[in-house]
Amino acid sequence: MWMSELPPFVPFFLAALLILVTRGWLRLAIMLATPVLGGAHLWLDVPAGTSLAVPILEYELALLRTDRLSLLFGYLFHIAAFIGVIFSLHVRDTMQQVSAMLYAGSALGAVFAGDFITLFIFWELLAISSVFLVWANRTDRAIRTGMRYLIIQVMSGVLLLAGALVHYYQTGSLAFEFIGLEGIGGWLIFIAFGIKCAFPFLHNWLTDAYPEATPTGTVFLSAFTTKVAVYALARGFPGTELLVYIGAVMTCFPIFYAVIENDLRRVLAYSMINQIGFMVCGVGIGTALALNGAVAHAFNDVIFKGLLFMTMGAVLYRTGNINGSDLGGMYKSMPKTALLCIVGASSISAFPLFSGFVSKSMVMTAMIEEGYNYLWLMLLFASAGVFHHAGIKIPYFAFFAHDAGIRTKEAPGNMLIAMSIAAILCIFIGSQPQYLYALLPWEVDYWPYDTTHVLAQLQLLFFSALAFVWLNKQGLYPPELHSVNIDAEWLYRKLLPKSAGFIRHGMQQLAHRLSNSQKGPLSRMRETLIRSSLTEYHLASHWPTGSMVLWIAVLLGGFLLLDAIY
Amino acid sequence: MDQPGEKQHIFDKPRNVNRLLRVFYAICGLLFVLDFILHRHVYHSWENTPAFYAIFGFVACVALVLIAKEMRKVLMRKEDYYDVDE
Repeated sequence: MWMSELPPFVPFFLAALLILVTRGWLRLAIMLATPVLGGAHLWLDVPAGTSLAVPILEYELALLRTDRLSLLFGYLFHIAAFIGVIFSLHVRDTMQQVSAMLYAGSALGAVFAGDFITLFIFWELLAISSVFLVWANRTDRAIRTGMRYLIIQVMSGVLLLAGALVHYYQTGSLAFEFIGLEGIGGWLIFIAFGIKCAFPFLHNWLTDAYPEATPTGTVFLSAFTTKVAVYALARGFPGTELLVYIGAVMTCFPIFYAVIENDLRRVLAYSMINQIGFMVCGVGIGTALALNGAVAHAFNDVIFKGLLFMTMGAVLYRTGNINGSDLGGMYKSMPKTALLCIVGASSISAFPLFSGFVSKSMVMTAMIEEGYNYLWLMLLFASAGVFHHAGIKIPYFAFFAHDAGIRTKEAPGNMLIAMSIAAILCIFIGSQPQYLYALLPWEVDYWPYDTTHVLAQLQLLFFSALAFVWLNKQGLYPPELHSVNIDAEWLYRKLLPKSAGFIRHGMQQLAHRLSNSQKGPLSRMRETLIRSSLTEYHLASHWPTGSMVLWIAVLLGGFLLLDAIY
Repeated sequence: MDQPGEKQHIFDKPRNVNRLLRVFYAICGLLFVLDFILHRHVYHSWENTPAFYAIFGFVACVALVLIAKEMRKVLMRKEDYYDVDE
């Protein structure tokens, strides 16, 4: 029996240290054992209501605060880390292994944080540890993408800290409890959460960075950051009506992008925003059923989205390509991966007996029960849309469609095992939802399997598929093309640099014109000065060349020193 | 395009594809008919429309794809759009 106050992030951070000093099978054993032992410890030894505060100077960091909400995310992150580690067992890259462990640990630290300072620390650690999973590709492109990702993530942390301080000033407490949109502090924290949660216009870091990470890195990325944000919203802003509208927009706009996007991992990134939209809606509605639906959907999404990212990662690993335009017919070489992909696709599409169905239906039901009729229609549209782009497009263009002639091997054994575990969980949770429901934080009597739900959902999905078949047969379906589509990121990737260049150019022109126009008068002034009696003074008669050289030497030395430090 | 000498895969034969599609159409038809036989518990009057979900799903997806296609005309750029200065 271990002490129940051990914060769950500690084993992961220790493992990250141990990875640095071990190699070979021992290192792999440590990586596998960490989520298993940590998860078992959390499940068996840590009851709800445990807390641990560590005094630092005058302040007490609440490193552990368990209740049914944080525990559920704790279990989930251990499962996700375990699956991710198995999926990446073949990787021999210390940087990725260390950062994956730190990243998973930071996510656990954040969901068990009881105060804003602890939350802020892990919030920033999430950003810093995860960016290495993007940089691990070691290409120019990946480094620039990672930089953009890091800047936006750190900005979210800065907003969180600022909001927390204002909140402290207003309420006198730094405890991370219900926040609400009262006052500027609440808004700052709301936006900080919103960035990590990929609210509309704040979402592009996700579609930018996730598809640029390594095949295994994306699997880790997809599990943690956004789900920590959903957790934070569920704790800080349940029942905030604004979230219902934000969530509804999040479910709808990404599906259009997903239909025309070529990079299949970017399609999944857009579909991720769509799924988070359902969770945000659930948090916004704020009834017990809706909140349960939101966190249950987060739980399921980590597993089925992880599964889909794994299948695409396996294809990328084997073929070096993940563009819909260049793939097709992969079921011939990778039949098992294709089958597992279909399980993931069925789950995200919320087919009855698959996991998405048992959680998404809770949010949908809560939505219409609370009278959001038109938003409910939007969510229904998004449900049909998600089947269209994630349920059909992903498996179809990767594994079927026209045969692109690529012949390769089936995914490596460790990848198949990881994907199979995720697939089994998808089907198990989907067909036996009572076990997941028993873990949900709020008391709710809900059962998804009745004639109404099953029939309605099957009709929706099958006729969405019929639309796909019909559009394809008519030749109306847009072909996969090598392209990028302009999104909100255009503002900071194109407009901002362009206007900065424009302003700089303008300034240069102005300076040039000014110096030209001043040349005449200046030289006349100089001549007057030379002729004047001022030049007789000692200081004016010499150029202080010696002292200038000295000062330049000091400056250069300073630069060298700074350069050496950074 | 098959590699020479490679074994035939399941969807290489158009017959198999057509079989799959026929089963699919049959299920669609069955679901459509079931709407008139089974009783659905209705939350909102919209749902009383016969085969509401079937029609909604079909129309929604056609609209989605056609709108997305139009969006391409405005939004689509070359792959290196962000990498080059115009």
